[in-house]
Amino acid sequence: MFRALDGGGAKQSIDVDGRRVQVRAGIPLAIALLEAGVIPFRKTPVSGEPRAPVCLMGVCFECRVAVDGRSGVQACMIEVADGMSVRISSGDALAGDDADV
Amino acid sequence: MPMYDVIVIGAGPAGLSAAAKASELGLSVAVVDEQTTPGGQIYRNLERSQPGITKRLGASYLKGQPIISRARSSAADFYLTSTVWDLSSDLNVTLLQAGKTRQLQGRQIIAATGAMERASPVPGWTLPGMMTAGAAQIALKSAGSIPSGKVVIAGCGPLLLLVACQLLDAGATISAVVETAPAENLKAALPHLPQALGAPAYLARGLGFLANLRLSGVPWYKQAESLSVEGADRVRAVTFSADGRDTRIDADTVLLHHGVVPNTQLSRLLRIDHDWSETQLAWHPRVDQWGATSLAGFRIAGDGAAISGAIAAEASGELAALGAAHDLGRLTGTELEAQARKPLRKLSAERRIRPFLDALYRPPASVLLPDNDTVVCRCEEVTAGQIRAMVPLGCRGPSQTKFFSRCGMGPCQGRMCGLTVTMLLADALGARAGEVGAFRVRAPLKPVPLEAIASLASDAGLHS
Repeated sequence: MFRALDGGGAKQSIDVDGRRVQVRAGIPLAIALLEAGVIPFRKTPVSGEPRAPVCLMGVCFECRVAVDGRSGVQACMIEVADGMSVRISSGDALAGDDADV
Repeated sequence: MPMYDVIVIGAGPAGLSAAAKASELGLSVAVVDEQTTPGGQIYRNLERSQPGITKRLGASYLKGQPIISRARSSAADFYLTSTVWDLSSDLNVTLLQAGKTRQLQGRQIIAATGAMERASPVPGWTLPGMMTAGAAQIALKSAGSIPSGKVVIAGCGPLLLLVACQLLDAGATISAVVETAPAENLKAALPHLPQALGAPAYLARGLGFLANLRLSGVPWYKQAESLSVEGADRVRAVTFSADGRDTRIDADTVLLHHGVVPNTQLSRLLRIDHDWSETQLAWHPRVDQWGATSLAGFRIAGDGAAISGAIAAEASGELAALGAAHDLGRLTGTELEAQARKPLRKLSAERRIRPFLDALYRPPASVLLPDNDTVVCRCEEVTAGQIRAMVPLGCRGPSQTKFFSRCGMGPCQGRMCGLTVTMLLADALGARAGEVGAFRVRAPLKPVPLEAIASLASDAGLHS
C-alpha cells in the first residue's frame, strides 16, 4: 500500500506470520508492513471487521499487532529490528489483550 | 526516584522550547517523549531525515532544526521512547521505557502533548486503506514512504492542501482532491480576513499550495457533500456529490482530514478545567498566559491548549518555562515580565490568522454529526444512531454512553470518538457541548503490560 521513495539503504529481515520479509532498517514497523503489502493489520473483536493503520502517531490503535510474543503492540510506535517476529492474525485476539491492563 | 524542577511531556516545538528555556534559566529539566527522536509530529524524524526527504518537506520542516539543537545542547535529560501512562496531581510522572515502568517527580510539569487530527466519521471510514492526511505526512517524514496506488485526499484544512502538494511532488498518484468545506464558510471567514492579513507569510504560503494544486491539473472538487468511502475488505472508491453531480472515484488509499484538535488525554486525566471552543469545535484546557491550569504546578504549552501552530507553540513553551521559573523562585516579577515580552508578541502575531482559518475550514455538519448508520466509536463499533438512541433512555453525558454500549472503552480510550460523542449528545439533548462534557479519562493512558507495573514494585524496593 506504500512504497519507499528511495529503496536503497540497509535492509533487515523480519518474520510476518511465518513469512520472511525484507524491510528497510530504522523505519516504523507499521510503515514497513504497509510497504510489504500487509493489509489488514487486525480484525475487530466485535464483528471481525478488517482494520489497518489510520493515524501512524499512536492515537487510533488500529495498527496493533503481536511483536515477539507480546500482543497489542502499536506498530507505528516501534521501529523494525532484525529478526523481529510479527503476528498479524493474533494481533487482536481477546486472550492476548487480557495480558494488558 | 529522580526529581526535577520541571518535567516536560512531549518533545515537539512547545516542549523543546520549554525545556531549553527552563534549562537555560538554571532549572533541572527532564523531557519525556514517545518517539525515538525529538521534534513531535511537525518536526518528526528531522534529526535523522535523509537530505532528499528534508528538501521535499520544505522550509517549514527545516524550521525545527534550531529548537531541536538548542534543547539537545541544553542540560535537560531526555527520556525518549518513553510513554507517560500516569500523572498524579502531586506531579509524579509514571512512564514506560523499554518494557519497564519508571517514575519521575516534578516540581512543575509542562504538558506539551500537541494536537491530533479530528476524526472524520463518514460511511466506510473504518475500511483498511482509509488513513488521515497527517498519517501520510508522517510516513513521508519518518520513512520517506508514500502511498503506492491511487490516492484520494478528502476533507478540509490547511494540512489537507499541504499534504496534497507534498505527495504530488513526491510522485504519488493523486486521483482527486475533494474539499468538504461548505459554501457558507467563506462568508463566515471574510470578516476575519483583515486581521489575517497581519500574517502575510501564512497567507502567501496557503496561496502557494492552491496555485501548485491548480497547476498540477489534479481533479479538484469543492463543497462536496455526502462523502463516503466504499469497499468490502478494503478501500476501493470514494463517492460524493459536488456541483450537483454524484461522483465516484476509484482509490486504493483515502486520506481524510478535518483539521487538528488539542490532545487532552493528560489534562483530562488530571480533571483540570476545560472549556468548549465553538470556533475550534474542541476542548481547550483553561490556561493563563504562563500555561498555568487549575492544578498548581501543572502547565500546558502549545497546541495541546489551543490550536495555533508550531511557531506559536515555541513561544508558548517559552512562556510556560518562564512561569515555572517564577513559581520556583528563579525569576522576579520584573524579570518575568521583561523576558515574556518577546514571546508574547510572537504568540499574538501567530494567532492573528487563526480566526480566519477556523472559520474557513470549519468541518461540515455531516462530519461533526454523522448519519445514524456511521460508526463513531471504531474500537467498539458503536454507531451515531446507537448514541442518539441513548438519550431518550436517560443518557446525559459521554461517560454514561460507556454503560449503554462500551462506547469509548476500547484501546484508543475515546481518543477517536470523544469529540463526536460530545457533539452528538449535545445536539440530541439540545444542550451546549460545554454542558454535556467529555469522557472521564483514567490511567493507564496507554495499555501497559502487567509485568511492567510489577517491575515498579521491585524497583521501589519492597523492604523500604
